[in-house]
Amino acid sequence: MLSRRVFLKNGSCALVSLGFAPSFLARTASAQGRQGGSTRAKQLIAIFQRGAVDGLNMIVPYADGEYYRARPSIAIARPGADSGAIDLDGFFGLNPRLRPLKPFWDSRALAIVHACGSPDATRSHFDAQDYMESATPGVKGTSDGWLNRYLQARRSEQASPFRAVSLTPQLPRALSGTAPALAMSQLAQFGIRGGAANEASFEAQYAAAADRILNGTGRDAFDAMKMLKSADPAKYQPENGADYPRSPFGQALQQIAQLAKADVGLEIAFAELGGWDTHVNQGAAQGQLATRLDDFARGLAALVTDLGSRMADIVVLTMSEFGRAVSENGNRGTDHGHGNAMLAMGGGIRGGRVYGTWPGLAVDRRYDRRDLAVTTDFRDVFGEIVVRHMGVVNPGPIFPGYATSAGRFPGLFA
Amino acid sequence: MGIDRFVDEQLHPERIDDSAVTSRLAEMTTLRLSSRDIARQFEEPLMEARRERRRADAAAGNVTPGDANDQPKPVDPALQQQANRPVVEMSEQKVLRAIYSPRQLQEVLTDFWFNHFNVDERKGPVRFMLTEYERDAIRPHVLGKFRDLLGATAKSPAMLFYLDNWMSADPNGPHPEMGRPSARGPFGPRRPMPVAPRPQNANAPRGLNENYGRELMELHTLGVDGGYTQHDVTEVARAFTGWTIEQPRQGGGYRFEARLHDPGKKVVLGHTIDAGGVRDGEQVLDLLARHPATARFIATKLVRRFVSDAPPESLVDRAAARFQKTDGDLREVMRTILTSPEFLATEAYRAKVKTPFEFVVSAARTSSADIDDARLLVRTIQQLGMPLYQCQPPTGYKDTADAWVNTGALVGRMNFALALANGRMAPHVPADPQALSDILLGGDVSASTQATIAKAGNPSQMMALTLGSPEFQRR
Repeated sequence: MLSRRVFLKNGSCALVSLGFAPSFLARTASAQGRQGGSTRAKQLIAIFQRGAVDGLNMIVPYADGEYYRARPSIAIARPGADSGAIDLDGFFGLNPRLRPLKPFWDSRALAIVHACGSPDATRSHFDAQDYMESATPGVKGTSDGWLNRYLQARRSEQASPFRAVSLTPQLPRALSGTAPALAMSQLAQFGIRGGAANEASFEAQYAAAADRILNGTGRDAFDAMKMLKSADPAKYQPENGADYPRSPFGQALQQIAQLAKADVGLEIAFAELGGWDTHVNQGAAQGQLATRLDDFARGLAALVTDLGSRMADIVVLTMSEFGRAVSENGNRGTDHGHGNAMLAMGGGIRGGRVYGTWPGLAVDRRYDRRDLAVTTDFRDVFGEIVVRHMGVVNPGPIFPGYATSAGRFPGLFA
Repeated sequence: MGIDRFVDEQLHPERIDDSAVTSRLAEMTTLRLSSRDIARQFEEPLMEARRERRRADAAAGNVTPGDANDQPKPVDPALQQQANRPVVEMSEQKVLRAIYSPRQLQEVLTDFWFNHFNVDERKGPVRFMLTEYERDAIRPHVLGKFRDLLGATAKSPAMLFYLDNWMSADPNGPHPEMGRPSARGPFGPRRPMPVAPRPQNANAPRGLNENYGRELMELHTLGVDGGYTQHDVTEVARAFTGWTIEQPRQGGGYRFEARLHDPGKKVVLGHTIDAGGVRDGEQVLDLLARHPATARFIATKLVRRFVSDAPPESLVDRAAARFQKTDGDLREVMRTILTSPEFLATEAYRAKVKTPFEFVVSAARTSSADIDDARLLVRTIQQLGMPLYQCQPPTGYKDTADAWVNTGALVGRMNFALALANGRMAPHVPADPQALSDILLGGDVSASTQATIAKAGNPSQMMALTLGSPEFQRR
């Protein structure tokens, strides 16, 4: 391991310009050096749509005739009609409020996996989120999340404290586990709130602690604080004309972009947004769902635009615990269903395509005769990203009880 | 007081005057309510308001488009707050008892066993079953027989709902009720299935649900390496079919529903279970509670909690043996652990990193703050990554340092120390010089910690630098 002093002498990356070099960054730099080739670690930005987004009105199967029969008052009209879907491939279309994402589809940066979900039958938000985040459907006793198991699979004494960051008040289940991960609502809040004197005293205490665990973590904490201070979160300017929504989701994504650009060793970032549980009056091209999709799409578009060429090393993946019933209910809304759609952007993803086998919406093709059937296990999407993007050779420990294999991957990567 | 007498006293909490803390809890009236009363008083008004809004929304037609931050309108926030009160009071009482109760061992064990038999209040109606669960299923048994504790959790609506057993049924049922062909509920004939909270889903899964059967063996008794198979999981689940809840959404209690019960023979861990009816499940609990793997699993967890992340084998052996010899008498198991040389050994001193709960509570005690309103402490514990009664997986929170030492949480601990010492957590926090010197003189404190504290400009800063120090993060 490089010492801080050695690192300062060699000063091999952008940190020199900040006038200081946190010790963990030296380690990050050396770790990346060992990986060879790539100068930057691969990154994954995971986004959870909590509450079960209506995938059928998000990515609209307008050419499936059943769609319009099942949803007389809330269907998205066919492409070409007023407020109609934005055609993708002659069968699927984007909800018109996802228009900000269309350019990424056209440039093949955006891929969609439809009819994707869990083999477990639960329609409980609580259990389904639990299963998706632990990535062990049907098994509740899994103590850690799949993203944390990714971190564990590559556990390193030298990891950056910013290796995994969730822009949420609480660490999500997906990132919980024995590998360190940070949760914070605001980057700017990461610091000692009692003046420089207290900060210096605490730093001295932890620097001198004989306690190996607390000494190491303490040093990392103070390094991380200095790093953030230097990066000055308050003055961040998005690039390439990116325009983040002012919503909490937009602000979370902007901070993720900031961390990704600060080269602080970020590998996994997490953000979430709710409001998808549209049982009543979900609307169509306008209304509740459309409003949420607008925030979602503008946020994603800003993030990908802002990250620009860095997206070559980043995958953005969206997920939601289950889809919603094919038929609308008596309140012009939709009830809890099964299969759903995931969006994947960036990295080496072959975009401009909808992946997965379309099971059809006819009643006898539905799951339980009411919901979109699942033809792609969500773990195969996670698995493909972990293997083909993050470069994990043996994903077995990340997906216990499940035999991930290339044969099952949807084929998002060339 | 000698250590033996202290241990003996703590092992009999009923002999310790607890009035100081009960008077602090007197105004939290929900702590004494039944689940049914909590449901009636705190849930029903909210549910009615939601139904009302749904009717109004449906009548109004399409909502008008809003801006990006437009969320569905919440129902009356006052009602929402009212509905949260039982859980808020539970969280406050947990913190206040931990700080002020002289029955320290009972409090630590209540925390330990709740975590062992974890439920998450955020799952459906568990939030209004929580009070009864801790008060009636956990607390009375923590120094009693393990079998009684296990049985109380098995029949608790909170556990039945959290691990789904309440909806587990023989896929070949429902069966006619033997001898009671015309069983009637209070409002006429019972429906063939229990009143299920399936508000939106006519096709919610029905049939055997293995969740409880699996966690019962993996987490509550044998442990993951306890030698059971998937076949045992299914057999145990079959034995517990029909263990359900009377009206879960109304806070009803445990009920055995014979028509959902799988009447066939079951074989669990090589033992035939063929008693029939509710006795099937009871026999499984007997079998699991007395299994040697259970004694070892429980002993290991207790020693890990009370002694070290790396539990000394010698003590685990003795505690497990005591468990078996006394038919799972938890008081005797605790006596073995608390009077052991391993517990008192110097290696055990500061061997454990405090969990966020332990850290906040011990800081509050050390500061001698008079905490009247514990909500800020509850929020701090949540911010440090350990929201009370909201551990999602049935494993409960981890009891080892790796789960709790990370940069974010450490920064949070230092900030809490500053906030507490500066009076931002309680109206007035007098720095207690005796407590400070106990920490400073009571053990190995680094020269650096001593020096920074000595340089502090005032008592508050001294307190903050003490509570945020590396030494204070351990116990």
